[in-house]
Amino acid sequence: MPTAWSFEMTHAPALLDVAALRQDFPLLTEPFKGRRLIYLDSAVSGLCPRSVVERMAHYQLREHTNVHRGVSTLSQEATDRYEEAREKVRSFLNARSTKEIIWTRGTTEAINLVAQSWGRANLQAGDEILLSAMEHHANIVPWQMLAAEKGATIRVIPMNDAGELILDGLDALLTPRTKLVGVVQVSNVLGTVNPVKALIQAAHAKGIPVLVDGAQAVPHLPVDVQDLDADFYVFSGHKLSGPTGIGVLYGKRELLEAMPPWHGGGSMILSVSWEKTTYIGLPGKFEAGTPNISGAIGLGAALDYLKALGLDRIAAHEAALLAYATERLEAIPGLRILGQAREKASVISFVLEGIHPHDVGSILDHEGIVVRAGHHCAQPVMQRLGVPATTRASFAYFNDTADVDALVAGILKVKEIFG
Amino acid sequence: MTDPRELYQQVILEHNKKPRNFGKLDPCTHHAHGLNPLCGDDIEVSLVVADGLVQEVRFQGHGCAISQASSSLMTVNVKGKTVEEAETMIAQFREMIRGNLDPAADPHILGRLTLFQGVKDLPSRVKCAVLPWATLHSALQGEETVSTE
Ligand SMILES: Cc1ncc(COP(=O)(O)O)c(C=O)c1O
Repeated sequence: MPTAWSFEMTHAPALLDVAALRQDFPLLTEPFKGRRLIYLDSAVSGLCPRSVVERMAHYQLREHTNVHRGVSTLSQEATDRYEEAREKVRSFLNARSTKEIIWTRGTTEAINLVAQSWGRANLQAGDEILLSAMEHHANIVPWQMLAAEKGATIRVIPMNDAGELILDGLDALLTPRTKLVGVVQVSNVLGTVNPVKALIQAAHAKGIPVLVDGAQAVPHLPVDVQDLDADFYVFSGHKLSGPTGIGVLYGKRELLEAMPPWHGGGSMILSVSWEKTTYIGLPGKFEAGTPNISGAIGLGAALDYLKALGLDRIAAHEAALLAYATERLEAIPGLRILGQAREKASVISFVLEGIHPHDVGSILDHEGIVVRAGHHCAQPVMQRLGVPATTRASFAYFNDTADVDALVAGILKVKEIFG
Repeated sequence: MTDPRELYQQVILEHNKKPRNFGKLDPCTHHAHGLNPLCGDDIEVSLVVADGLVQEVRFQGHGCAISQASSSLMTVNVKGKTVEEAETMIAQFREMIRGNLDPAADPHILGRLTLFQGVKDLPSRVKCAVLPWATLHSALQGEETVSTE
């Protein structure tokens, strides 16, 4: 089955020069509390390269005022920079129009926007929302809140022990009452790359729209929302080498046009009177109030940075690191990797026999190795796998095999301490 | 930061492996659930209190070595004490973990529980060590659940 992951590489990409690009990240080159920091936690939040921070500072110091307001040259310029960033996102996702790109605070807010606007307008008692077994809480809780309000039900696409969705029963799960499918493209816990394109085709065959949580996908693989035919696609800037507090909701224009606004206030109105208020069109309709302007511009700069590195080179680099890390970790006795999907992004969750992930995380932290230990905001995944928590290492373009070796040495130290 | 070996001493590792007083008292006079929503740690403490004395105390649940050992050592140290003494220990343990009580200089009744003083240098683990104590406090106060948030 073709997946979104199996894109064509017409030529072998030149390798990333990790040593050189690390100069863009002071956290990686300068000692942190007296030791070299090994950052294996990009799935929690990516690091911002210098150029992103400098672009934001430049804006804030030299270009800032509010956007979409007033006739000043300054305001016009700020608006232009802000809208240029939107165009960069459009191009990054290959959306048809910038009208389909809505700024949000992040993935979480984007999903809540869809749930509260599209969901409240389209769901009725007895309707169903179909989610996958590997969703992040961000793609569960907004739907549970909506379902509770509407008397709707949530159904779940199961997954197997390898951490792959079981799609055999999909047809039966897509019922006449299914109003929406929500699926994560790349699991933040297991790294699984889900076959979202096939899933979308199956849902569309029954006229059901699909929301794709792309928070962990965009840092690792090229995304084309038209090719996927996603109805909604959401992601956060901070997982993509951008700043926190900015994210994106992509929605198909017809859907967004038909949706009522969510937040009301300034910027999103055409005219306001006590008798009648009318709204502007897309994308402003969903962007009430003063937005995160420097965040949007910063995200635009992050996309420039990634583009310059080359998305295919990043993907190839991470795939090689994943293979190397998997091999080295699997060789450690008592270590079990959770998530053995055939299509996987550079995220590895593991458990060590008899040692709780928090203890692993603390000892690694002492070694200067930053990983995540916990339930990863995906408690249903933990329940499904029968573990309370995992330790997770995630690899980005600035990591190399020496980082993997340090992780392995750190894990061996954990084992030694625990005897 | 202290070397992790200072925290993960033999006693703590040993209590983690073989927790004492593990399980649930039924019937019991006091009982509470402690949750750490950040990491999903879940601890249940049950007690039999009579004549102002903690006659029996047990815990069950899962968590990291710090929270398991803290729970285990808590039950060992609280058993047979008066409720008042137990409350004093809870308060002193908290103060020690927050760095406000120096076991070497300040008076205390913590005994071997001072093993946990290294946790004060690991802010992210403070809640793990304190959770059983907060749960014990809730149980003694007649509250059913406690959260570290
Ligand atoms: C798959 C997935 N979805 C959603 C989110 C939530 O993103 P944010 O907290 O930026 O809104 C995350 C972040 O951890 C994630 O990994």
